[in-house]
Amino acid sequence: MHNAQLGYAMNAEKQYIELYEQCREMIDLHSTAVLNSRREQAFADFCQLGLPTQKLERYKYTNVAESFAPNYGLNLRHIDIPVNPYEVFRCDVPNLSTSLYFVVNDRFYNKILPKASLPEGVLVMSLAEAATKHPELVEGRYGRLARSSKDGLNALNTMYCQDGLFVYVPRNTVVERPLQIINILRADVDLMVNRRVLIVVEDGAEVKLLFCDHAIDDRSFLATQVSEVYVGENAHLELYELEETHVRSHRFSNMYVDQQRSSTATIDSITLHNGLTRNRTDVTLSGEYAETRMFGCVIADKQQHVDNNTLIDHRVPNCQSMELYKYVLDGEALGAFAGRVLVREGAQKTTSQETNANLVATDTARMYTQPMLEIYADDVKCSHGSTVGQLNEQALFYMRQRGIPLDEARMLLKFAFAGEVLDSIRMEPLRDRLHYLVEKRFRGELSKCEGCKLCK
Amino acid sequence: MLEVKNLHANINGKEILKGISLTIKDGEVHALMGQNGAGKSTLSNIIVGHPAYEVTQGSITFNGKDLLAMAPEERAHEGIFLSFQQPVEIPGVSMNNFMRAALNAKRKAQGLEPIPATEFLKLMRERRKIVELDNKLANRSVNEGFSGGEKKRNEIFQMAMLEPTFAILDETDSGLDVDALRIVAEGFNKLRKPETSALVITHYQRLLDYLQPDIIHVLIGGQIVHTGGPEVATMIENEGFEQFTIHNA
Repeated sequence: MHNAQLGYAMNAEKQYIELYEQCREMIDLHSTAVLNSRREQAFADFCQLGLPTQKLERYKYTNVAESFAPNYGLNLRHIDIPVNPYEVFRCDVPNLSTSLYFVVNDRFYNKILPKASLPEGVLVMSLAEAATKHPELVEGRYGRLARSSKDGLNALNTMYCQDGLFVYVPRNTVVERPLQIINILRADVDLMVNRRVLIVVEDGAEVKLLFCDHAIDDRSFLATQVSEVYVGENAHLELYELEETHVRSHRFSNMYVDQQRSSTATIDSITLHNGLTRNRTDVTLSGEYAETRMFGCVIADKQQHVDNNTLIDHRVPNCQSMELYKYVLDGEALGAFAGRVLVREGAQKTTSQETNANLVATDTARMYTQPMLEIYADDVKCSHGSTVGQLNEQALFYMRQRGIPLDEARMLLKFAFAGEVLDSIRMEPLRDRLHYLVEKRFRGELSKCEGCKLCK
Repeated sequence: MLEVKNLHANINGKEILKGISLTIKDGEVHALMGQNGAGKSTLSNIIVGHPAYEVTQGSITFNGKDLLAMAPEERAHEGIFLSFQQPVEIPGVSMNNFMRAALNAKRKAQGLEPIPATEFLKLMRERRKIVELDNKLANRSVNEGFSGGEKKRNEIFQMAMLEPTFAILDETDSGLDVDALRIVAEGFNKLRKPETSALVITHYQRLLDYLQPDIIHVLIGGQIVHTGGPEVATMIENEGFEQFTIHNA
C-alpha cells in the first residue's frame, strides 16, 4: 500500500515536471508577464515539495497523487473550446438577480458580459488581462497569500495557471448586486485545469460573490484552483461556493483570505454533488475587531469524497470567528473535516466557536473529524466540538407512526440536519434555492449536475 | 375493529406479553390499566409496529386485515394512531412540514392528490383550536422546546389532523395539570365519532371520568387478569391492583 502510494506520487509528479520543462515557453506565450514572473520559483518549489502526501498533517485524508496520476490533457495553447455558456447553462437560482460571469475551464469568458453596469471602478475580468492592464492592482498581491513554497498544490497551480478571475472593488464602494461566477468544466478529452482567482475588496467596500462549479461533459476533470482574497479595513465580503459537478470531477481548491481591521467575511462552501473534493480554506485575521463566519455543508453518497481543511488564524486581539460544517454521508461516501483555530500569543479577547456535526446514514460511509483549537493567549472565549451520529431511530419511528414512509422520514431528517447551514446564507433567494436543491439531492433527483447537458 | 388473539411478545429476548386477547368493536372505548412494567406500552407499541418488539405468537387483525404484516406507516394509513407516552423531539423539522408530509402520505395511500396549501393551513388553524394549541408552536420544530403539557396537547392535535379510526392514548394524562388534562380529554371527546374506537392506557381514574370507557382491562404480568365495565376503575382507585394479583394467584 505504502509503496504503491509512493509509486503514484513519483510518477504523478514526474509527468508535471517533465511537461513543464517541455512547455514552459508555450505556457508563458499564452499568459501574461505578472503570472509568468512567478513560474520559475514555483517550479523550483514544486520540485522540492512535490505533491502533498498523506504524511503531511493537512493532507491526511486525501490521496492527492492518486487524483494527479492519470494522464490528463492540458489546454496550454489556449485553444478555443466551442461553448456558449449562456446556452448550456441556465442560471437556476430564480429571483436572484446577479451579474453573471463565466469562467470556462481556466479562462475568463469574454464574449458576452452582463449588461448591467457595475459601480464605478469595480472590475470583474480575466486575471491575465487585469495583470496586463492594471499591473499595479495585481502584481503586489498575486502569490502573496498563496505562497508556492508552502504547499505543493500552490506551486503546481502557479507553474501552470495562465488565467482565471480578477475581482476588484475599490475603496468605499458597495456592489449591491451579487456577482455570480459560473465555473464550467468543458472538454472532449480528460482535462486538467489550473485556475487562479484574485479578489480585492478595498477598505470600506462591500461585495457578495457566488461561485457555482459545474462540469458539463462526461469526462474526467482535474481542477486546481488557488484563490487569494484580500478584505480591507471595514470591508464586508460574503462568498458562497457551490459545487455541483459529477463523479468524474476532482477538485483541489486552496483559498487564502486575509482580513484587516473591523472587516467581516462570510465564507460558505457547499458540496452538493462531486467526485473528489479537497477544499483548503485559510483565513488570517490580521486586523483587530474583524469577524469571520465560515460555513460548510456536504452531501455525499456513492463513492464521493469530500475533504474540508480549514485554518482560522487569530493573529491580533478582539476578533471573532465562528465555524460550522455539517456533513450528510450516504452510500460509501467518505467525508473529512479538519479545522484548526489558532489563537496566537497576544490575541486577547478572541471569541471563537467551531462545530463539525455529521450524519452518517449507512454502515459503509465514513467520516473523519478533527476540530483543533490551539490557544496561546489567556483571556479568550473559545469552544470547539464535533459529533458523528446516525439518523435518530425514535424520530424515524415517530414519523412512520404518523404515516410518513421510511424513505421520506429519512429524507426529512437529513434535510433538517443540513438545513442549519443553509439557513446561514444571507441571500434569501439563494437560501431558498439551496433548500430546494438539497431536497432534490436527498430525493435522488440530483444525481448529476443541475445546470448541465447530461441532465437534459 | 381490532382483534388481538393470544399475543405473546418479547423485547431483547425477554417475554413481556404472555397471551393477550381482546376485541375492540367499532365505536368502543377500552381502557387498559395496570402497574408499571405490566406490558401496557408494549401492547400499544406492538399494535403500531415498533421495530424493537418481537411477536412470538398470536395475531392482530384490524378490520379483518393482518396488522402484523404491515409496516408502521401502512398501519397509520389504515387509520391507527398512537398518542405517544413520550413524544419525540425532531429538531429542524417544522410542525407544518411534518404534518403536511403525514397528511399527504395518507392521502397518497388513499389515492388522493396532495392537499392544497391554503386548505392545509386552514385545517391546521381549525384543528389547533380543539386543544388550544398556541399558533407559535406550528412554526417550531416538532416537539422541540415544548413543555410536557404542550407535547401531549400536540399529540391530540396531530390526531385531530389525521382523523384516525382507532386511537391509542398511551398515558396521555401523565405529566398534565388538571386544566391541561381537561383540555386534552375534551379535545379527544370532540374528535370521537360513532364508528371510531380507542384504547386508553392510564394509571388514574381522572382521565377515565372524562372519557367514559365502555370496557376496562386490567393487565398484570403480561396477561389480562380482569375485564369489566367502568366500575373496575373505581375498584382500582379504592383498593389498588393488589386485589387482582391475589385473585390471579
